[in-house]
Amino acid sequence: MTETLVLRGGTVVDASGSRVADVVVGDDGRIAAVGEQSEKLSADRELDAGGCIVSPGFIDLHTHLREPGKEEAETIETGARGGALGGFTALVAMPNTTPPMDSVSVVQEVIALGEPALTDIIASAAITIGRAGEELAPMAELAKLGVRIFTDDGTGVQDDLLMKRALEYSVGLSPFTGGASVALAQHCEVTALSEGTYMHEGEWSSRLGIPGQPAESEELMVMRDIALAKSTGARVHFQHLSTAGSVELVRAAKAKGIPVTAEATTHHFTLTDAACASYDTVFKVHPPLRGDADVAAVKAGLADGTIDAIATDHAPHCAHDKERPFDAAPPGMIGLETALALAITELDLPIETLVGLLSWKPAKIAGIDDVHGGPIAVGRPANLTVFDPDEAWTIDSNSFASRSTNCPYEGHEVKGKVRHTVVHGEAVVIDQEAQR
Amino acid sequence: MTKHLLSIDDLGRDGIEEILELTKSFAEVSARRIPKVPALRGKNIAWLFYEDSTRTRLSFETAAKRLSADTMNFSVSSSSVNKGESLRDTCLTITAMGVDAIVVRHRSAGVPWQITKWVDASVINAGDGWHEHPTQALLDCFTIQQRFGSLEGRHVAIVGDIKHSRVARSNLAAFTALGAEVTLVAPQTLLPPSLEGWNCKVSHDLDAVLPTVDVAYMLRMQLERQKQALVPTLREYTAGYGLTEQRLDNLGSETMIMHPGPMNRGVEIAPSAADDPRAVITNQVANGVSVRMAVLFLLLGSGGDLGTLPEPESVQPDDGDAR
Repeated sequence: MTETLVLRGGTVVDASGSRVADVVVGDDGRIAAVGEQSEKLSADRELDAGGCIVSPGFIDLHTHLREPGKEEAETIETGARGGALGGFTALVAMPNTTPPMDSVSVVQEVIALGEPALTDIIASAAITIGRAGEELAPMAELAKLGVRIFTDDGTGVQDDLLMKRALEYSVGLSPFTGGASVALAQHCEVTALSEGTYMHEGEWSSRLGIPGQPAESEELMVMRDIALAKSTGARVHFQHLSTAGSVELVRAAKAKGIPVTAEATTHHFTLTDAACASYDTVFKVHPPLRGDADVAAVKAGLADGTIDAIATDHAPHCAHDKERPFDAAPPGMIGLETALALAITELDLPIETLVGLLSWKPAKIAGIDDVHGGPIAVGRPANLTVFDPDEAWTIDSNSFASRSTNCPYEGHEVKGKVRHTVVHGEAVVIDQEAQR
Repeated sequence: MTKHLLSIDDLGRDGIEEILELTKSFAEVSARRIPKVPALRGKNIAWLFYEDSTRTRLSFETAAKRLSADTMNFSVSSSSVNKGESLRDTCLTITAMGVDAIVVRHRSAGVPWQITKWVDASVINAGDGWHEHPTQALLDCFTIQQRFGSLEGRHVAIVGDIKHSRVARSNLAAFTALGAEVTLVAPQTLLPPSLEGWNCKVSHDLDAVLPTVDVAYMLRMQLERQKQALVPTLREYTAGYGLTEQRLDNLGSETMIMHPGPMNRGVEIAPSAADDPRAVITNQVANGVSVRMAVLFLLLGSGGDLGTLPEPESVQPDDGDAR
């Protein structure tokens, strides 16, 4: 833990640009030196970064760690290990656990369980009690514990007035956050239009006889929350945008200066609803995989900054839970260990843009940019990812650290692999191996 | 023919025609004094019906018995399913007893495909959600062929709740594969959200379509559709899309009236239409047995001839169900 490290021979990329430099990490867990004269920079341990990008560690705004409540599918320990192997140094834990993270005691438990994990575990908390959309959770108490993202993820807050109140209330939480702002993250889905649906509504749902969820189920809530963000001045973060219409709405809102941010998952820019033709429940996810035009719009949104972050929506499920009929199987797919490779393989983006989508932009949304997301500079906490953008590999979920294998990319050939991950100065992944 | 019967598209025109040709032989068997052959003796078929079905299950059961197959019924309501057993475990359990085929009906689309990944037995789709009901389509093709000789160039209207209908999806695929033209007639709310790639015409005007068709295929209207606001009232549905007594005059003298059953008399079909001489609804049921014999024989038979059973005086006791 207290050994010093040098990451040698890589290309350092952070918000200020890229340059070839070695990075020395001190025994205090902070960056001690960044320089080009490698021979002069020595440390207890030397990690080869030749041919690699050295970037600020990745932040996943959207991880389901399943603990407490569904530890057979994932635990904080195993999820964090998978995250570290995927280059993440912080995971924002979603609150749809059992019991849900809607109270001080459960959030404290998650924070405590996260202490020994390989990555930082950032607790989010529910907007409403039990994520039931009826009464507000004690947001100030939760903010005091460090919560900066509130979300009922898995469902959207349906009640317009309750959502408006939550946003209004969130504006006044600064006494409990040391002045920091919080964001309300919305899973946009109007349930009146989505209840009893299991895939995207369109050509494929019509053909397959599976009840479909229309795009407007998502878009109507995006519209509403843009209006509420505008009137309240509160920060709204849109989770897992999946339709072309949603991307366009967010683009227009940002152009008007409305305080909204957005994420897109790896699966919403790599897969379409056509995958459901196999009736393989690994492709069942919320929001559902959409059409080709939606995938193109999400990619364009990532490229032009409309969408701020790539998130995984890592949603582990036991094999026996997925071995149900398509309508009865739980939605979700794992993603921590494939996100970087899919982003590199499927998105044609400059490396600085891509790293920003994975690190400093989500770090800011999560309110952890004092610790994560760079810059890679002397004195900053050493949360770093070293990855080879060109390494080709074949996705095999059985090799993953996650307890679950519901990966929709089995056998896909991709490129881009994490070599080392450093969390608070500790090399938790070295040469693609988790160290504990 | 492949190992499973999952969808009409899997069969293609050749596969459909092969089954229909063989169905003729089994229709002949069905007409015998003792309608039973030993073709599937020793084969074991499991009925896995997760959704209520009387006619399809009885039809399959009759077909299996006429082929001398053994059958076992997995009764979902009184079984381990109610104790929380997964679909996969249920399938593994019944195949462990040694079954050659599973005939499955499930309210969820795609279940027959899922089962093929878990078991070695042949899987026959007896209806999956809104998706497919291939043996219904085959028996309907056979029924139309009986009247017209061929579907080539014939015009079929499929009328009613297309969106929620596995019969509509399978029949459209089968009718068009055999060269028929199909017009779907329904209110917009009862059509699928997208008809991209569907080989058909669409109309909201039943009165304009009826005089042009050789077959008026009426679908069952689920009474709960009214509650889902898919139609304002059943009365309005019947007025717009039902085969009412007045509309019978609008039909050609040779036009066939078909319905997959069970009928809601007075809703999608008037009693006088169901009982009209042009209606072939009971023929459909009779043909269902022969078509399902052909399907079971093709999937499970050794490929040899049907064999013959001895005449009644020498029938063995274990063939008692032939009497």
